[in-house]
Amino acid sequence: MLGEDKALEILNKAVGYSDADMTQASIGVGQSSLTRFANSVIHQNVSEYNAQLAVKAVVGKRVGSAMTNKLDEESVRSVARKAAEFARNSPENPEFVTLPVPQPISDVDAYDARTADYSPEDRARDVAGMIAEGTKLGASAAGQLSTGYEEYAVVNSLGVSAYYPSTMATLTAVMAADTGFGYADRYASRISDINPIEAAVEAATRSVRSKDPQPIEPGEYDVVLLPYAVTDLVEALSWLGLGAKSVQEGRSFMCGKMGEKITGENITIWDDGLDPNGIPRPFDAEGVPKQRIDLIVNGVGKAVVYDTFTAKKEGRESTGHATSAVGSPYPLATNIFMRPGDSSVEEMIASTKKGILVTRFHYTNVIHPILTLVTGMTRDGTFLIENGKVTKPVMNMRFTDSYLERLANVEMISRDTMRQGWTVVPAIKARGFRFTGATEF
Amino acid sequence: MIAQIRHTSRGLHVFRVVSISKQEIALYTANASWARFVRLCMGGLDVRELTDKVLRKVLDLGASYGDIRIVKRAHEHIGVKNGKVESLSSETEEGFGIRVIADGSWGFASSLMIDPDEIESVADLAVRIARASATVEHEPVKLAPVEPAEGSFKCPVAIDPFEVPVDEKIQLLMDADGIMRQTEQIKVAESVLNFWHTDQVFASTDGSYIEQSKTESGVGIAAHAASEGETQKRSYPADGGTEAQAGYEFVQAWDVVSHADRIAKEAVQLLTAPQCPPDVRTLILEGSMLALQLHESCGHPIELDRVFGTEAAYAGTSFLTPDKLGNFRYGSDIVNIFADSTLPGGLGTFFFDDEGVPAQRVEIVKDGVFVGYLTSREAAAKLGMRSNGAMRADGWNRIPLIRMTNINLQPGDWTLDEMIEDTKKGLYAAMVGSWSIDDKRLNFQFATEIAYDIEDGSLGQIYKNPTYTGITYEFWGSCDAIGNADEWRLWGVANCGKGQPGQCMHVGHGVAPSRFQNVRIGVISAENE
Repeated sequence: MLGEDKALEILNKAVGYSDADMTQASIGVGQSSLTRFANSVIHQNVSEYNAQLAVKAVVGKRVGSAMTNKLDEESVRSVARKAAEFARNSPENPEFVTLPVPQPISDVDAYDARTADYSPEDRARDVAGMIAEGTKLGASAAGQLSTGYEEYAVVNSLGVSAYYPSTMATLTAVMAADTGFGYADRYASRISDINPIEAAVEAATRSVRSKDPQPIEPGEYDVVLLPYAVTDLVEALSWLGLGAKSVQEGRSFMCGKMGEKITGENITIWDDGLDPNGIPRPFDAEGVPKQRIDLIVNGVGKAVVYDTFTAKKEGRESTGHATSAVGSPYPLATNIFMRPGDSSVEEMIASTKKGILVTRFHYTNVIHPILTLVTGMTRDGTFLIENGKVTKPVMNMRFTDSYLERLANVEMISRDTMRQGWTVVPAIKARGFRFTGATEF
Repeated sequence: MIAQIRHTSRGLHVFRVVSISKQEIALYTANASWARFVRLCMGGLDVRELTDKVLRKVLDLGASYGDIRIVKRAHEHIGVKNGKVESLSSETEEGFGIRVIADGSWGFASSLMIDPDEIESVADLAVRIARASATVEHEPVKLAPVEPAEGSFKCPVAIDPFEVPVDEKIQLLMDADGIMRQTEQIKVAESVLNFWHTDQVFASTDGSYIEQSKTESGVGIAAHAASEGETQKRSYPADGGTEAQAGYEFVQAWDVVSHADRIAKEAVQLLTAPQCPPDVRTLILEGSMLALQLHESCGHPIELDRVFGTEAAYAGTSFLTPDKLGNFRYGSDIVNIFADSTLPGGLGTFFFDDEGVPAQRVEIVKDGVFVGYLTSREAAAKLGMRSNGAMRADGWNRIPLIRMTNINLQPGDWTLDEMIEDTKKGLYAAMVGSWSIDDKRLNFQFATEIAYDIEDGSLGQIYKNPTYTGITYEFWGSCDAIGNADEWRLWGVANCGKGQPGQCMHVGHGVAPSRFQNVRIGVISAENE
């Protein structure tokens, strides 16, 4: 690892080498390793050590950026001067006001030495255990286990100086039992918070249960969506319309809807980068501290998130949601939480006369951003619910539906939530989900 | 998987369906800029000496195979939005990756620090990782044979885009931007330029030592119109822009300024256009849309690693299983599809793939019958074949995977006008809006930016939010007219995603507008089915 002192030293040098009026330098550097398996064999197994040093230079209201992955003295000097040269060559951006000024940053404990040092042998042992569980249950295993660390730091000429190290472990398992498929995934800052065997059993059991899926007529069904599927709804809302940029450009479903009801009253969604129940981070790509922002409260649109550029445009302060140190400003809520309810997946199934249990969605894409109209497929475990019971696996279906409309028709929400990347969501039961096509498996 | 569609258009780069010969490849050989890369990267060290040394080392460590790629890549991006330069950046990155087979399993390790000590240490790690892979029961990896190759290869460009002054490039986008925003109700005008230059050394224990160098350029503009509760977009030359393996001459030839006013007005017209009706109709697809259709429904399912399940946990598998090879009816009799990594200017064009296999043409669908895959040395060996050279890695820190090269639909006999005149009731759909396909590549649904009603052989009113959906082999089976060689263009797709960790590949698709029968269109919701 570079360590805080070395990381900040590099950034201070970069800022020093720039002769621009204002300069921001940021660095992300780390080692990440990923063991991938398919057909119950490790077929790809990789590791990388990489860095990105990004410099944003501001001359008057002219802004330029440059990046490199080389951290030697000459490269640091060169990237800083390139950014300043680009800034001088750029026309003025009258909407640019300033880089952020320093603010107090909370301590976040997101680094775990064991996760950073997890070895190829450790990962192979975990994967071997998952494969063995699959074999025991009659399923062939595919998936990945990744571990690694990243150090991220930001310095700017206005006094921002921030550093934090973090670790990340992710696991996915797709098990195949003849014609049946099952899925599970896990995300954590600490590898010890992930139980590969339990995830393998979940995926393998689901694959066995989904053997010999039957065709079913597309149409409107009540659905029980596991958290793997719910995260797609919530994250789509985030990048379609919960950032200030899309609102300022008139392309968000939040345009003209602030303070109005946009989902059912039982839906509350917020962003909180400091909550250890998610994957916490203390500050954003510009070094602005994270904070909790309530986005949708009891179905009412309450707020969107800002970076410094979009905030200053409206005369307000950044909420700490810059996603990139350079490039086009596009603030995003990336640490999203959806409020849990008081139900369980079992209770949702028991309450359903006829419906579909969806494990997860595949290849979803937006047809209309303001309508939040999305299409996609089900995948890796889709089941028919009849009279309160899961009666049979069904072939995958295509849906074409409005995510906001579906969130206006949520009947039940699970009390348990699940971490899905940086998003934390419960399972839900929703009325009238629109399946518009079917496939052959 | 794909994040955006890119392409070229009529009037420019009319890349015919031709292959270049080995003699022509030799003509492209150039060493001058490569020598500079070697010095810059290695502080004066002899790269060949270094790769020889590390390859000897991995064999000494017990590996049965090893290769190393050293890559340096530069990227310049300019983004203008609503009269302001929103992003202006230059990025350089370099590093190396070592891939080995030890104890019959794969290992790969990579680092940004190109120095002899780091390379030695990363070689150790790669072998250690391979040995860890091998602790799980497996059949030893077998590679199909390949002839060792040596040489330096560079694709020519007329105007080096990195030498064009930044203010000149910004001005081009500002001009287009200003014209788009003259149209009322254009809420957002955006335009982009992208330039890449990549230098790569590949060396393997099989005796290959190959240097390749390429330059890619891209340009695009888009106008977003918005009114209360509605937003519509038109792009040129394609959604997100278009790229080719070419210099700044490619950008100039697109003449985006001349199209800025048209797309702005069309975006505004779409705000009040009727919704595309639900129906089952004759569908004619414009070239860039058909390029994406070909990408998703043919390019991905013919990747033999997907077929063997190695992408099962991420992008998925394929319906084109080996039992279908040579006998499965993929399309109608007029459908002929081929892969060709030698097409000049293609984003999927190279001299050798990242396993040292030479670029080549491969038949994929012949007279409607599925006849070929894209392969790697490992996957081809499983079918008793030799690799046809489709292994490509996204940079120094990623392993090569089987990736599309340039996947092309052989031109037919029709002009677009003839196709429209020959259609009684249909829809002409243009430019990619959105895309989705299942994990075996059967059920797809695409949206386009705009569609035109066809009534009695003429284009009629426009529709907003057009969509169409189908099953891959039924759709291609309904193809009854393919545009001729004059209508054929080689489009680029610059963000084809695959793999874990994720990789983004530049690939090409040569197509002409084509016609399909009995296609379900206008699927927006259950109410209008």
